[in-house]
Amino acid sequence: MDWGSIFELSIRELIGVQAIVFALAAIGINIQFGYTGLLNFGQAAFAAVGGYGVAVIVTTYEMSFWLGIVVAIGAAVVLALLLGVPTLRLRADYLAIVTIAASEIVRLVGRSAWGRDVFGGSDGITGFSDTFYDLNPFTEPLEFGPFEFRERILWVMAVGWGLVALCTLMVWLLMRSPWGRVLKAIREDEDAVRSLGKNVYGYKMQSLVMGGVIGALAGIVYSLFQGAMQPDVYATNFTFFAYAILILGGAATVFGPVLGAAIVWFAFQFIDLTLRAAITNEYIPDWLMNQNDTGAVRFMLTGVVLVLLLVFRPQGILGDRREIALDAR
Amino acid sequence: MPDDTMGGLSVRRERALAALADVPREPGAKKADPILVADDVKRQFGGLLAVDVDHVEIQRGSITALIGPNGAGKTTFFNLLTGFDRANNGSWSFNGRSLHGTPPYRVARIGMVRTFQLTKALSKLTVIENMRLGATGQRGESFWRAMFPALWRSQEDDITERAEDLLRRFKLDTKRDDFAGSLSGGQRKLLEMARALMVQPELVMLDEPMAGVNPALTESLLEHVKDLREQGMTVLFVEHDMDMVRDIADWVIVMGQGKILAEGPPEAVMSDHKVIDAYLGAHHDQSLAELEEQLEGGALAEEVAAELGQEGAAADDEAPTAKADTTPPGTTEDEAPTTTEGDGAQTADVTAEAAGAARNNGDDKGGR
Ligand SMILES: Nc1ncnc2c1ncn2[C@@H]1O[C@H](COP(=O)(O)OP(=O)(O)OP(=O)(O)O)[C@@H](O)[C@H]1O
Ligand SMILES: [Mg+2]
Repeated sequence: MDWGSIFELSIRELIGVQAIVFALAAIGINIQFGYTGLLNFGQAAFAAVGGYGVAVIVTTYEMSFWLGIVVAIGAAVVLALLLGVPTLRLRADYLAIVTIAASEIVRLVGRSAWGRDVFGGSDGITGFSDTFYDLNPFTEPLEFGPFEFRERILWVMAVGWGLVALCTLMVWLLMRSPWGRVLKAIREDEDAVRSLGKNVYGYKMQSLVMGGVIGALAGIVYSLFQGAMQPDVYATNFTFFAYAILILGGAATVFGPVLGAAIVWFAFQFIDLTLRAAITNEYIPDWLMNQNDTGAVRFMLTGVVLVLLLVFRPQGILGDRREIALDAR
Repeated sequence: MPDDTMGGLSVRRERALAALADVPREPGAKKADPILVADDVKRQFGGLLAVDVDHVEIQRGSITALIGPNGAGKTTFFNLLTGFDRANNGSWSFNGRSLHGTPPYRVARIGMVRTFQLTKALSKLTVIENMRLGATGQRGESFWRAMFPALWRSQEDDITERAEDLLRRFKLDTKRDDFAGSLSGGQRKLLEMARALMVQPELVMLDEPMAGVNPALTESLLEHVKDLREQGMTVLFVEHDMDMVRDIADWVIVMGQGKILAEGPPEAVMSDHKVIDAYLGAHHDQSLAELEEQLEGGALAEEVAAELGQEGAAADDEAPTAKADTTPPGTTEDEAPTTTEGDGAQTADVTAEAAGAARNNGDDKGGR
């Protein structure tokens, strides 16, 4: 087996665009769920709204790319308000139900036949990323040890990791401030926070909006990378994947989402390549599994790893065990 | 601790007592300088009128106790006043400012802070963070300013200093950096009270602050409550333990089935036979010898049976052990007089125990 190439390809995923996209989505969920206790099961909708914002403005309406970015972020804010206004005064479950429904609605409207003129139907929209790549300062591929990155992906990764760093920095600053303290207190007991004179509804809204906007950034990065905005990328499993990543890395930790995303995408690629190599070399007999099964098996193995992790380290990789112990009291 | 206490009576206490001296001892009595006035407040749960208060005033600078049996509507009344629950009817004002429909956080900012019957410690925050949260008007609590520590650092330091001061007073300073979730039940009560004080309220509303706190700690809690009055705050508290009420309250308001039944200084209210019979239990104040004397006549057994029907039912879920050796709630009158002397005394003890258990386990309906 060619371990060298297996590791090389896996490490590419560790820092790749998928890791960036899910790190961003998970950072958003971390603010909402990890710190504030809000169950947003519609992060996919926020990402989709971000992707559509740019795509629709640039391709459908032939307007400026920058306006597209503004519209994408504005749309995420509007979506957060739409979902939050009726539900954030109610029990936590209502937000969960409404967001999960919203996420399917956004996707189904996007791929609908009657909205094809604007949203491009199930094929999605292409041709909106030129402005972005025109800005690319990288003129030649970067070689770095065994790795070689082409200009295009270098640019996406630079911008993507830049955004991840910026969002992580913001979370770090916010969560050690009195603002973050109010959020964490709301997660523990919102009535106590109300009784101390804090506008809980307002803080929950801020948390939902901020997490949603970061989710939209994830969608923008992904569709610029693909050069296409396809609605089916943002099905509900996008959201649950981001949740798995967050919980793996450690909810309510600053670096948890980033670490979780990197590890998951590394593990995915690593398991996949190892299985393929093992099958090619006939270490795994053909009757047990063949090349076509690796996709499913890697999901199974990842699931097993997640379960084991949650049994032995329920706080996630970076979480604080003492906090989990408190739940048992 | 203030040093202006003279002969057991402090200046503030004397002032409060003087202000209340001429107040008629009747439900809804007008006070000289009320901080809180409520009129015609009603709250209905289905067919049950949980709160039905015609008129009540709370004297500024006093310690007022709100007492009454389980389910009298005390907690619900608190919830209504502080905006945690919506009244079907009525109006109430704080410092002359109407609070009807005011959300809880505004009520707190105006200067009226409450604690909860079921303690609400913020488990995964440390004790000091719990305390800091209580401070109002924090610059760092706005989203944009939060990201620039320079803008709020100095205020945070002041808040921390004030918090540490309060923690020392409440003997929680050794727990400063522990998670609040790791505190014992009594310590959480202390923390909740201290945290409420961080808001710097004018009126503190405590829902059973002594429940589940051991006697030694109760003493110091009582001191804290008295201390609040010394600092010029007004205290309204719910409590079932009559000794404590007698000890610290300047004025007592009795609630029953949602209504204000009686008002007056502790001694007057507690010797009011109507109140005693209906709401405090007929023998709360008597010695065992007296009890036995009455038992011989059979009179007490009747009362015990009647009371068990009421209090035993309230304590049902919460005090299974007490219930096990209690006469069943349904004990009839002709059964009761046959109780022997020893059994009767035991029954009375158990009643007290059951009432105690109910007090410690009361729940906070409508709080959430
Ligand atoms: N949310 C609710 N839904 C229905 N009934 C309620 C609700 N909250 C309170 N009640 C009822 O209202 C009555 C008053 O309850 P409340 O909690 O105010 O009593 P309390 O005086 O605080 O009693 P305790 O001394 O046991 O704490 C009770 O009969 C209770 O069952
Ligand atoms: Mg109560």
